[in-house]
Amino acid sequence: MTETVESLRPVLALACPLSAAILILLSSMRPNLRESWTVIASLAQFAIVVSMVPIVLAGQKVECILLQDMLLHVNFGFKVDAFGLLFAITSSFLWILVSIYSIGYMRALKEHAQTRYYFCFALAIFGAIGVAFSANLVTLYVFYEILTVSTYPLVAHEESEEALFAGRKYLAYLLTSGVLLLAAIVFNYSLAGTTDFSPGGIQGLTSVSQGVLSILFVLFVLGFMKAAYIPFHSWLPTAMVAPTPVSALLHAVAVVKAGVFGIVRIVCFVFGVDLMRDLHLGVWLASFAGVTMIGASLFAIAQDNLKKRLAYSTISQLSYIIFGVALLSPMGIQGSMIHILFHGCMKITLFLCAGSILVASGKKNISELGGIGRVMPITMLAFAVGALGMCGFPPTVGLISKWYLGLGTVENGSFVFLAVLMVSSLLDVVYFFPILYVAFFGNSGTSRSDLQGRRIKEAPLSMVIPLSMTALLSVLLAFPNPLTEMVLRLARIALNP
Amino acid sequence: MIQVVSHFPVLIVVISLLSSITIFLAGWINKKTSWWISAGTILGQFIASFFILYRVLTQGPIVYRLGGWVPPWGIEYVMDALNAYILVVLLLLSLACVIYSKRNIEHELPQKAVSFYTIYQLLITGLCGITVTGDIFNMYVFVEITALSAYALIASRGKIALKASFTYLVLGSIGACFFLLGIGFLYAITGSLNMKDLSVLLPAFYHNRMVIAGFVFILVGLSIKMALFPLHTWLPDAHAFAPSEISAMLSGIIIEVSTYALIRVSFSVFTLQFLQLFPIFDILCWIAAIAIIMGSVLAITQVNLKRMLAYSSVANMGYIILALGLSISAKTSPWGGLNPALMHILNHALMKGCLFLVAGAFIYKADLWNIADFRGLGRKMPFTCAAFVVAAVSMIGVPPTVGFASKLYIILASIEAKKFFFVGVMLLSSLLNLVYFWRVIETLYMKRAETGDHSHGSHIPREEVPLGMLLPILVLASLCIIMGILWLAKVPTPILDRVNILFGLVKTP
Repeated sequence: MTETVESLRPVLALACPLSAAILILLSSMRPNLRESWTVIASLAQFAIVVSMVPIVLAGQKVECILLQDMLLHVNFGFKVDAFGLLFAITSSFLWILVSIYSIGYMRALKEHAQTRYYFCFALAIFGAIGVAFSANLVTLYVFYEILTVSTYPLVAHEESEEALFAGRKYLAYLLTSGVLLLAAIVFNYSLAGTTDFSPGGIQGLTSVSQGVLSILFVLFVLGFMKAAYIPFHSWLPTAMVAPTPVSALLHAVAVVKAGVFGIVRIVCFVFGVDLMRDLHLGVWLASFAGVTMIGASLFAIAQDNLKKRLAYSTISQLSYIIFGVALLSPMGIQGSMIHILFHGCMKITLFLCAGSILVASGKKNISELGGIGRVMPITMLAFAVGALGMCGFPPTVGLISKWYLGLGTVENGSFVFLAVLMVSSLLDVVYFFPILYVAFFGNSGTSRSDLQGRRIKEAPLSMVIPLSMTALLSVLLAFPNPLTEMVLRLARIALNP
Repeated sequence: MIQVVSHFPVLIVVISLLSSITIFLAGWINKKTSWWISAGTILGQFIASFFILYRVLTQGPIVYRLGGWVPPWGIEYVMDALNAYILVVLLLLSLACVIYSKRNIEHELPQKAVSFYTIYQLLITGLCGITVTGDIFNMYVFVEITALSAYALIASRGKIALKASFTYLVLGSIGACFFLLGIGFLYAITGSLNMKDLSVLLPAFYHNRMVIAGFVFILVGLSIKMALFPLHTWLPDAHAFAPSEISAMLSGIIIEVSTYALIRVSFSVFTLQFLQLFPIFDILCWIAAIAIIMGSVLAITQVNLKRMLAYSSVANMGYIILALGLSISAKTSPWGGLNPALMHILNHALMKGCLFLVAGAFIYKADLWNIADFRGLGRKMPFTCAAFVVAAVSMIGVPPTVGFASKLYIILASIEAKKFFFVGVMLLSSLLNLVYFWRVIETLYMKRAETGDHSHGSHIPREEVPLGMLLPILVLASLCIIMGILWLAKVPTPILDRVNILFGLVKTP
């Protein structure tokens, strides 16, 4: 029924970050030029991604095959459907804001090796958008691995022992899982003869025995370890030693969402909802995600380092997405898909705030933040919006995705899962509200001045503007308007093409 | 023009041999000429090898009878898709190494330049000879020429290199003896040394114990030459102490050409039927799996970069042999037959060539051998280190590099052969590769030089190697990516498909 449109747009969108990466290397001696490449590329990429929205909204898919029959019946190419587009919009839009933010952050802290930083950042976005657009598992794998390798220098950026350890851990977890993913893809290929994503699942898999499919599914889930589920989550908090923009865009949006994106692809477009239900895999996956949702929240409560607490919150929220998909009900799946965008907006706000607190005051721990809301009102207001969103309070987008997820559990008919969702939301409140309390009402004895005794004021404008924009967006998207309408329609189309 | 090309197989060997003598003679008069003659000859051979490849692909095999003698008595050179391809690979790396050697030898062995190039050219002669010949005894002769010149080149740095060379000499001679013994057995049964003739005469004797013993002798002899796992003991020292371009040649080409010899003997002297009679290739697969794991594990324990790369070569020979072992069971087009094995011969030459040349650059610039001493080099030598990263990432098998293409094809082949164990081995080995290569990358980029100042953003002076050394490194590194994409796009695959059709290894549709 759906037809595809041949277009070079996916390739052009990918060419933006790739050419930016090369130009960044070439202009390493001229910082202003170098940073302008990042910004230009991010704007151009977003424009190209958005230009595909009308096509996809009309129920079509944008296709672009680079290599015909790379393997037998496997093309190397892109096929942009509504779900991929949703992820691409999220990453490319937030890249614009974060690249502006990065300039302020990196310059304010006088960070070293900035060329490497911008270069790897662009490559990472290249990987993330490639994952979003991939037409099949093999293409996805290629970009998934590029994403892993290109983020290593960002994690180890500080070059301290701690950062090196974090980098090693990062690679050890993610490349091991990459190997498992390759095994799963090849396994899948040998069973089904194709790896193309198709709505409703790959036909060839239905005739395979139940045991084999279960093993395959477990391999796939292990392969997408970027989704940071418990017990394979600990690389993410450790990776928080990276510069804050990296934690914000990569470890709240691009990298981790690539993992979640992969799991959604597997459930809905490789196995298919029906097969998942027949195999009873949905219940297992949902329980698994439920454990992470609650467990990570409990871990979060114990953290004093602000970024680490946010990292555990990310782990918990990522599992909301897995959870929603695992419910195998239309509402749950839509909830997951929109949560990819919504959580991106909210979590990036929180991270950007954490970064600007660091730049303005040099403080990393929650216990030191007493009264900081009074000296950095804009930042902390934005933080409050993000935190409310995480807990699912109105008037933020967090409410919408939780609403959908809640409906999903009801459709699924299992009230245990609804209870899990509620408990987890409650825990979100437990670990976010103390931060707000400390920031706005805490004792401001020493907090008005930073470690050098200077008076704290708001971070540079290039940092405050992006974070206010994401905060604003988190609120704006919660109200009925064309933008929200578009996102919800994309999620619907992704589900029922 | 076309007529001339049919003489190229012999010219490639003869001109190379003459050039070797010329280098020696001209070196008496002027030492500086030797590099020019050597580089010029290899460039000429390289171009000629492309003509041969083109001719073979368009018009079928070239058969050249030396002195006009008719085959069973005379020696003939036969070029088909297999050796035309190998010839291009081998001359590509030889060219990169000879360009690199100009400055490196001036620095390392200034007095021995003439003898170095004389023997280097002799080495190339031997390698080309092994590749082009269609006569099994002639192949043995060239194997010995190659080995003898390799012993001399490895020893050229003196001191501990002498010991390394002596170990290689002893083991290499044993290998050559086994090879010769095997040939002798085959000759005793059939009375012929011509490969084509043998392949016609042998099938009647496939169950003869002497023929089987002959094959096993050849197999073991060549296994020593190509450093297949328990017989690899000569390799680490030889690689570590040879001049770096010779390490690159040893690892990238010399042991690969021995693999070529094995492929040639297995499929052109013996045939597919013989290989299917006995589980020889299955056993090879298991040995290769052990080689892959053990080579990687031993590489992890090394502190010296070149030794680490040497053990990595042991593991990579395992890849090639594993792919060879699977070649008779996997038959579907892109990954079936000899494709993965031949593919990895090129890929390994590119990757390991690049890595050894980079290791040589570190030695050239700062006399650094141990991984722990490489702190902060990433900033001092940005291009060299970037090349190292590309090649190392390729060894780990990150797409879209050549390493990924090899890994993917070998995995697909083992799945088609229903040998799932080897899928696990391949996947595990890429993790082990990660462990030992990432250690180097981390030291290069992420650890600061202890003596250097610690201030952020301070400008560190660049100390790149001369352009003559940098160029081959960068070309090989970029080929790691370009060829990776080309393999995935299946551009060079028709050449390999020719080989498979030649040996009856793929299903004909």
